[in-house]
Amino acid sequence: MAKIAFADGLVLKGKGLGASGITHGEVVFNTAMTGYQEVLTDPSYAGQIVTMTYPLIGNYGVNTEDMESRKVFLSGFVVREASEIVSNWRCNEITVDEYLKRNNIVAIQDVDTREITKHIRTAGAMTAVISSGDESNEELVAKAKAAPDLVGRDLVKDVIEQNSYIWQDRGVYNVVVYDCGIKYNILRQLAEAGCRVEVVPATASSADILARKPDGVLLGNGPGDPAAVKYAVETVRGILGKVPIFGICLGHQMLGLGLGGKTFKLKFGHHGGNHPVKDLATGKIMITVQNHGFCVDIDSLGGDRNVEITHLNLNDGTCEGINHKHIPAFSVQFHPEAGPGPHDARTLFGRFCALMKEHKK
Amino acid sequence: MPRRDDIHKILIIGSGPIVIGQACEFDYSGAQACKALMAEGYELVLINSNPATIMTDPIMAQRTYIEPIEPKFVEMIIERERPDAILPTLGGQTALNCAMDLSKSGVLEKYGVKMLGASAEAIAKAEDRQLFKDCMIKIGLDVPRSGLARNTAEAEEALKIVSLPAIIRPAFTLGGKGGGVAFNEEEYRKFVQTGLDASPIREILIEEYLAGWKEFELEVMRDRMDNVVIICSIENIDPMGVHTGDSVTLAPAQTLTDREYQEMRNAAIKCIREIGVETGGSNVQFAVNPKNGRMVVIEINPRVSRSSALASKATGFPIAKIAAKLAVGYTLDEIPNDITAKTPACFEPTIDYVAVKIPRFTFEKFKGAEAILGSSMKSVGEVMALGRTFKEALQKGYRSLETGVAGLDDKLTNISDEQLRQGLITAVPDRLFFAKEALKRNMSVEEVASLCQIDKWFIYNVKQLIDMEVKIAAAAQIDAEFMLEIKRYGFGDKQIAKLRKSTEMEVRKQRLALGVKPVYKLVDTCAAEFEAYTPYYYSTYERTDESIASA
Repeated sequence: MAKIAFADGLVLKGKGLGASGITHGEVVFNTAMTGYQEVLTDPSYAGQIVTMTYPLIGNYGVNTEDMESRKVFLSGFVVREASEIVSNWRCNEITVDEYLKRNNIVAIQDVDTREITKHIRTAGAMTAVISSGDESNEELVAKAKAAPDLVGRDLVKDVIEQNSYIWQDRGVYNVVVYDCGIKYNILRQLAEAGCRVEVVPATASSADILARKPDGVLLGNGPGDPAAVKYAVETVRGILGKVPIFGICLGHQMLGLGLGGKTFKLKFGHHGGNHPVKDLATGKIMITVQNHGFCVDIDSLGGDRNVEITHLNLNDGTCEGINHKHIPAFSVQFHPEAGPGPHDARTLFGRFCALMKEHKK
Repeated sequence: MPRRDDIHKILIIGSGPIVIGQACEFDYSGAQACKALMAEGYELVLINSNPATIMTDPIMAQRTYIEPIEPKFVEMIIERERPDAILPTLGGQTALNCAMDLSKSGVLEKYGVKMLGASAEAIAKAEDRQLFKDCMIKIGLDVPRSGLARNTAEAEEALKIVSLPAIIRPAFTLGGKGGGVAFNEEEYRKFVQTGLDASPIREILIEEYLAGWKEFELEVMRDRMDNVVIICSIENIDPMGVHTGDSVTLAPAQTLTDREYQEMRNAAIKCIREIGVETGGSNVQFAVNPKNGRMVVIEINPRVSRSSALASKATGFPIAKIAAKLAVGYTLDEIPNDITAKTPACFEPTIDYVAVKIPRFTFEKFKGAEAILGSSMKSVGEVMALGRTFKEALQKGYRSLETGVAGLDDKLTNISDEQLRQGLITAVPDRLFFAKEALKRNMSVEEVASLCQIDKWFIYNVKQLIDMEVKIAAAAQIDAEFMLEIKRYGFGDKQIAKLRKSTEMEVRKQRLALGVKPVYKLVDTCAAEFEAYTPYYYSTYERTDESIASA
């Protein structure tokens, strides 16, 4: 037996999954029907308990190719039914249960995940604990209340690699990736676009980055509250205008902050692979992959005539992309690299290359 | 971009009589389209030879013709009514064929009638096997390998491309006489010889044999701004070789990783663009080799299809209605999602349940028809069941078939081991019942899966049902928690009663005393991410109920 207890008192009983013990985090839901392995290994989920809305998880097992980072970073995992059997020619016969155990992740199954989703949708993202122990409901709720939420927390430092490394040593453009919890698929896409890819930790200074003589800097995704990672925003300010910049997700928020904007926390965020985003320049719609709880405030940038909003979320009208009119910097809130999710926005890596090409002249 | 104002009067072609392979799903899609276009203020003229359809209700169109769906009758109607446009993509293959004939014979051009949805050129590209194949190769998609041979030397060359197993089909022979499936070189040479001899022009077509491959379908929609979305993925439980109309299928796909699913999604999008279906829905079918994941495109239906009706009901996304609106010029972002009201139809539905479709056969009514499934459809109807698990949906589906089973029952206990084995390796309608019986006779999941070429994930779920049956029979008593678990495996009271040697009423009484009752969850296109306004529910056994009492 296991339980998930929310800070507002809701307690659901289920069956234990993964490691035994207790864990806490902010609960979010992800609506993607495929790609649980990528979700599990996405560093942006650090500090969070992820509920999968699709009820059957683990059907195709886990494989070595679809990793989005070196390990599992999320705090907990909630599913309706975890498959006891795996079936796919690429999998290495490891069930989700076994995979979670190996990564020491406490999870729960056999709960009404739709109820959790609706709870989060109406009450907003909130902290919870999952426990396989025998604590009383009251104890668990008290622990959930005491658990820290994401606001004001720097989780970037917990997930980054400490040293810089080369992902691909040759390429037409020399790209430095500013790692805040980078997903491997961003690195794969850059490499595929023909870039030399070097990854530096978020602790790197702007001088350190510029010393590597990059043709462009990619500000990557990462966990937590962008406003809490002040040193990163400083670094972004230090390179702005000196080198072409492409921001993704947290990187987009950092560019927004670096340009003087503000970020705010969404009620329950966007986590899934079916969000329609309109490219305001072309009028075209892309189905995008999203994973963020914070958002750049359009109005906070509204006063700056140099910054234009390039993409809008058609579901809720939030800002999905910005571009600086005079200095080479643009960013998107969604994940063009996908993994998991649709590939509609992958052309943005080409746009980044074009920007570097133009700037190189 | 708003709706088109250059057209005012639209002719819609229905699907005609209900036959095997083309049933009420096209009445559903046609009726949806009529309602949508009528609401937009277009004048509708309808032709359908079947007066027993919803579509031919007088309120569905300004003028309805109950006439044979044949070019000469449609031409007479065009001459008299002078419509600005014709919408042929919502009435199944009959409507599409008829519109193609009218296009080829120049009737549409003569009267200045525009074809909405798909152009004649696009339909031709989709329907002609060779044209389709050429298109797919042009855009870099994989198709089943094939070759032509007029002598043994050419056949040897073809074998290098196609490789074994291969299917050899003599050209211009009835029923493929002289050809066959070759699994080794000896058989290959034999069939090449008999095939060449059987063909009046001494020509054979050699194609890669895909039986045993997994089959998937994607429902795709495109608007005239070239926005493309996938409405639903469907996985066939039965392998390639069984017509998808006769397969047990489910949505969404269960055994594809995201990487493979996205590759399929990309291929479907490329496909609809290359074929040139301008607006509306299409169904793209794929085969996947379970051993190495090689994916090939099988075909595209450039119209609303049987699977579209299933996909609509499975996701809550009204494909036919939206297709009609796209046909008259709206774009996906301009059409609201009826269910959420606040978000646009330009998105990809995500569901938090499983939809299982099970075909209904009535071989007893067709004397002489062989109860073996193949490439032509034999089922006369189907049921769709929704559940939070595959096991639940599957058992609900079988229960709803009205074939006398209460779920995945034991109805083959009397057959011999040899009959059982035959049932597993032959594409018979009730293969999962054979699988269950084989597992009960201690055959392993892997062995059953390999004999019937059904993915072991599905077979394992059948095994979980058997394990649960054992637990139900052995339990000293059933408490509320266990009863809920049983219900989540989709067992009906009748099945439980049989295992407990009790009666259905007694089990029901017991269950209600334990407080175990079904709850109702919404079909909302978005897995509860947004509030839903359309009351469209399915029953399941979970903690919270979402239904709102109306009185």
